[in-house]
Amino acid sequence: MATKPSTQKASGTNPAPSGSPLAPPIKAVKLRHPIRWVVAGVIVLYFASFVWDAAVNRPVYDWETFGKYIFDKRISEAALVTLELTVCSMVIAIVLGIALAVMRLSPNPVFQGISWFYLWVFRGTPVYVQLVFWGLIAAIYPTFTLGIPFGPQWFSVAAADVPVFWIAVVGLGLNEAAYMAEVVRAGILSVDSGQSEAARALGMSWSQSMRRIIIPQSMRIIIPPTGNEVISMLKTTSLVAAVPFSLDLYMRARDIAGPIFRPIPLLLVASSWYLLFTSILMVGQYYLEKRYARGTGFERVKAPNESTTEVTK
Amino acid sequence: MSAESLFTAPISLSGDDVMVRAEGVVKKFGHNVVLRDISLEVKRGEVMCLIGPSGSGKSTFLRCINHLEVLSGGRLSVEGRLIGYREKNGVLYEMKPNEAAAQRRDIGMVFQRFNLFPHMTALENVIEAPIQVKKLPKAEAIERGKELLDRVGLGDKFDSYPAHLSGGQQQRVAIARALAMNPSLMLFDEPTSALDPELVGEVLDVMKELAKSGMTMIVVTHEMGFAREVADTLVFMDAGVVVETGDPKEVLANPQRNRTKAFLSKVL
Repeated sequence: MATKPSTQKASGTNPAPSGSPLAPPIKAVKLRHPIRWVVAGVIVLYFASFVWDAAVNRPVYDWETFGKYIFDKRISEAALVTLELTVCSMVIAIVLGIALAVMRLSPNPVFQGISWFYLWVFRGTPVYVQLVFWGLIAAIYPTFTLGIPFGPQWFSVAAADVPVFWIAVVGLGLNEAAYMAEVVRAGILSVDSGQSEAARALGMSWSQSMRRIIIPQSMRIIIPPTGNEVISMLKTTSLVAAVPFSLDLYMRARDIAGPIFRPIPLLLVASSWYLLFTSILMVGQYYLEKRYARGTGFERVKAPNESTTEVTK
Repeated sequence: MSAESLFTAPISLSGDDVMVRAEGVVKKFGHNVVLRDISLEVKRGEVMCLIGPSGSGKSTFLRCINHLEVLSGGRLSVEGRLIGYREKNGVLYEMKPNEAAAQRRDIGMVFQRFNLFPHMTALENVIEAPIQVKKLPKAEAIERGKELLDRVGLGDKFDSYPAHLSGGQQQRVAIARALAMNPSLMLFDEPTSALDPELVGEVLDVMKELAKSGMTMIVVTHEMGFAREVADTLVFMDAGVVVETGDPKEVLANPQRNRTKAFLSKVL
């Protein structure tokens, strides 16, 4: 590899004092890292041999079957169901999570206690076990009723009449809400207390300062882990078999694989769809993070004096 | 710049000219007594500087006036209205949050650490409360906000985020933000303590203009020069009590109490 002289930018952030020419750029031989390159080369070699082996020597991957089913209508429909499960349960999780976080930060000990207890139960038991429980809910509570405790009832529905899809959504959403509550709480606590003081000093109410001042700033802290939670939820939906709900991507792929005795290519099919969705989510997260980085100094804002930073004459 | 004042001062409507009245104010944090017995009066249009060693309770007292801290004892009123409480038949009732918020609207506060909203531009910082709290039409708020920023010398920084402003510029935005609510009283909590020495002057200049316009101001400060030049009254506090009060020139030149003498000998 040819060594290029390193061209370090001599014009830093400050413009040179009036008119005086800058010192010429530093010319130096770049530091070499031979060990790094050797290790990297070995890793690439191993990886290439793995890919070659997978393509040539492993017929059980069965790329032909993979190609046949990757765009199968049943698979793409199941992928849509998985997306619906993810979106619906995350909506429940975020709304409930915000409520739980606000309760946890409330001065009222009853609210704090309720929030703590919720987290204790839903974070303390495995989501798979919770989903099995939700599947058996009709055996425990044959009817759901809305009304005043020990008083009149307004609304009642038989548990057996609730679609399994919604039981799965509730099971996933209530579990995730416990994690979202912690994400939101960390975000709210990350905002300097001077911010809410300044808002109060200006006569803003609690809800105004939350909505206009605290939440927008906490979003910068809340969004990255929430993106993680969405991606995690997308994959957790494969556990809804526990309910049992069988129209999601993973269960559909297994149901197709069963009669034709080809589990491996269909697992690859399902994995490819999961990967596609997580990739799309990652792109979305990138733009959201950029949006909420306003005013933090991390974003690219064109400062009025920016044109003076680069001295080109 | 015209001879007329830069800032419009609120006009006194009531006959009572006492703006802030503190009677035996006590503030405890747990067992820690921060304010022991503070009694003082601030007249309309008066500029009062509070000085004293750190931990003497100056900032806590200032925060009590704005109900950012809740009093433990004594009485505190602004424009004749009790702060944080309603009194009915000799019984005090805690105010609802929205009543307390309404009281704070008329009291502007400037913080040591500026506390600008970092996700908003300078102009957005200034117009936020007038639009949200006073329900001012946006166009009107923008017009007035630009005018205020212009007056604190930031006419070219409307669209800058706080992160791109110097400390002195940020503090001037913070002053404009407080003035945008048309307060009748301005509280300054060590407004220049977090600034580089060369930026202190630009903030003090804005405060001097404000004082000249007749604004009632209570300023916690370590800037003795500012106190001497601008203040009508100087209050020296120590260990939660008022040690000495008087005309700033006299107190600074000829302190009566030993504690005041000891403090001034170190800072002057």
